[in-house]
Amino acid sequence: MAPRKPASAAARKSTKSDIAEKISEFNKEQELNAYREMLLIRRFEEKAGQLYGMGFIGGFCHLYIGQEAVVVGMQMALKDGDQVITGYRDHGHMLACGMSARGVMAELTGREGGLSKGKGGSMHMFSKEKNFYGGHGIVGAQVSLGTGLGFANHYRGNDNVSLAYFGDGAANQGQVYESFNMAALWRLPVIYIIENNRYAMGTAVNRASSQTDFSQRGASIGIPGLKVDGMDVRAVKAAADYAVEHCRSGNGPIILEMQTYRYRGHSMSDPAKYRSKDEVQKMRSEHDPIEQVKARLIEKGWATEDSLKDIDKEVREIVADAADFAQANPEPAVSELYTDILL
Amino acid sequence: MARMTMIEALRSAMDVKLADDPSVIVFGEDVGYFGGVFRCTAGLQARYGEERVFDTPINESAIVGMAVGMAAQGMRPCVEIQFADYVFPAYDQITQEAARLRHRSNGQFTCPLVVRMPTGGGIFGGQTHSQSPEALFTHVAGLKVVIPSNPYDAKGLLIAAIEDPDPVIFLEPKRIYNGPFAGDPHGKSVPWSAHPAGEVPEGHYSVPLGTASVCREGSAVTVLAYGTMVHVAQATVDRMGVDAEIIDLRTLLPLDLDTIRASVEKTGRCVVIHEATRTSGFGAELIAEVQEACFWHLLAPILRVAGWDAPYPHAQEWDYFPGPDRIARALQQVMEA
Repeated sequence: MAPRKPASAAARKSTKSDIAEKISEFNKEQELNAYREMLLIRRFEEKAGQLYGMGFIGGFCHLYIGQEAVVVGMQMALKDGDQVITGYRDHGHMLACGMSARGVMAELTGREGGLSKGKGGSMHMFSKEKNFYGGHGIVGAQVSLGTGLGFANHYRGNDNVSLAYFGDGAANQGQVYESFNMAALWRLPVIYIIENNRYAMGTAVNRASSQTDFSQRGASIGIPGLKVDGMDVRAVKAAADYAVEHCRSGNGPIILEMQTYRYRGHSMSDPAKYRSKDEVQKMRSEHDPIEQVKARLIEKGWATEDSLKDIDKEVREIVADAADFAQANPEPAVSELYTDILL
Repeated sequence: MARMTMIEALRSAMDVKLADDPSVIVFGEDVGYFGGVFRCTAGLQARYGEERVFDTPINESAIVGMAVGMAAQGMRPCVEIQFADYVFPAYDQITQEAARLRHRSNGQFTCPLVVRMPTGGGIFGGQTHSQSPEALFTHVAGLKVVIPSNPYDAKGLLIAAIEDPDPVIFLEPKRIYNGPFAGDPHGKSVPWSAHPAGEVPEGHYSVPLGTASVCREGSAVTVLAYGTMVHVAQATVDRMGVDAEIIDLRTLLPLDLDTIRASVEKTGRCVVIHEATRTSGFGAELIAEVQEACFWHLLAPILRVAGWDAPYPHAQEWDYFPGPDRIARALQQVMEA
């Protein structure tokens, strides 16, 4: 494949301040939509944590609580046919893509009604219908796959984009840079979303990364990058709009560094002793993505405490139904061990 | 003597070597400050400093690649890959650099490197946290491959591995980090403190690489196993009341064929057990070796009990795991043949 025009012009075009100015207020419908979507993820994850504690979910389970604005804001900028791929902290992405809460929860409990019929578990779920290409348990491995998704869009000449999500830990993997280079070389429509939640398991970003400004990780090969307040769903949406337009217009890949925070441990077995309780509490009380939307809704008179409680009730019902289903649904038949390995 | 879990025993081995040899260093993902995802290196950074026990980015390929360079200069890096399932980016460096440095430099450079990694299933880890990739390493000339089954051996073998002049792949069965496992996930968990092999000397000792251990003497059938499966085999044999001889291989490469041969010549029957998938698993190599060495002593075909040829499942772990029932059936079949 012949290299095309370098992307450096586009790289110079955007700066941090450009994007900061573009954050526009949400209208009522957008605020309510964001509120409901983020709340669904949060309540779902809280329930998953409970079911884990009760022994219905075993093994690995990485909760997305705290990071909800990232995936919800990104999803608001997409259109039909755009693809999403992510790592192992994936429940939020699946719910935001419109995959059923029942299907996700039943996969967590390893039941036949799970999205991968119980074969994949928390980290490995897919939906062809929703253009969700997984849940991947190997750190960083999905970044090259996401680049391939972008290649297929480019090759077919459609204007779809692919979203490749990964974390600050995965951002140091070698294959990420191999992918960056190819995506820039061939100007592939890929949005690389680095969810910087400050800790790669127990290792703080500054102890594992020489360059902690992840938005600049593509600088040497001309991939533009934006640093985004990933706790503010409006900022995420604005950055997403910009990035989607950038890719659809044939300018090649772009990096979005989402500055976010996970409230829970890396996985269920992580007591998170590598950070202070104050640090977590400060994020919760001052930057919570859901509380921010809630405050605006009430301030603007678009909702009341009571009307928001109704949304909460509706969301809790969806989650409770998913949890009931995931506990009552049978385990897959033993014969399923040998299905879908080869045709 | 102290009572130690396998985790504590492994930590003690690194502690002993860090203390007595300044060329030993320990590093990997979450290994320093956090103390390792399974806590194997907890406290070592505090004791030996960030220059000798440290965290790396999530870069398996560069972790091993850098370790090869250090080792070529005479250092003794002991690196951790967080799960054996994560080793594949480093496979290139292990197979094409670490394993061949001695040979292709005509012995001028060596690679005294240890790559530790938790292996195997039984913790509900699904397909990217449960694999047993030992055969991918035993297929490579120039590597040694070790899998301990208890705390005493784990410490002694790790010290021997760190002191070894060549690259050692050191697989740690994570299911038995905290206690032996009889194969019943619903059974009572037994801690290492209640097991004789949980008694571990605090100071320096080593268990030589390339030596198997006969952990149960018997005359009716030889069972070859390693890692977690040693305990599952023992529990099954005890339950059946079979007079089996169980050999814990401890080191897959180099293989202690003398111990295996002596046993099979005595029993005339053999069952091979491993968690890894069956096809092209290490069991195939064991069976080939046993039949070449002991063909005229065999009274029955050698059988394998292994993981099914399927990706490691999330939902059906205990159907996949070669547990007591499958081992019992194989033993029965070999005994009746």
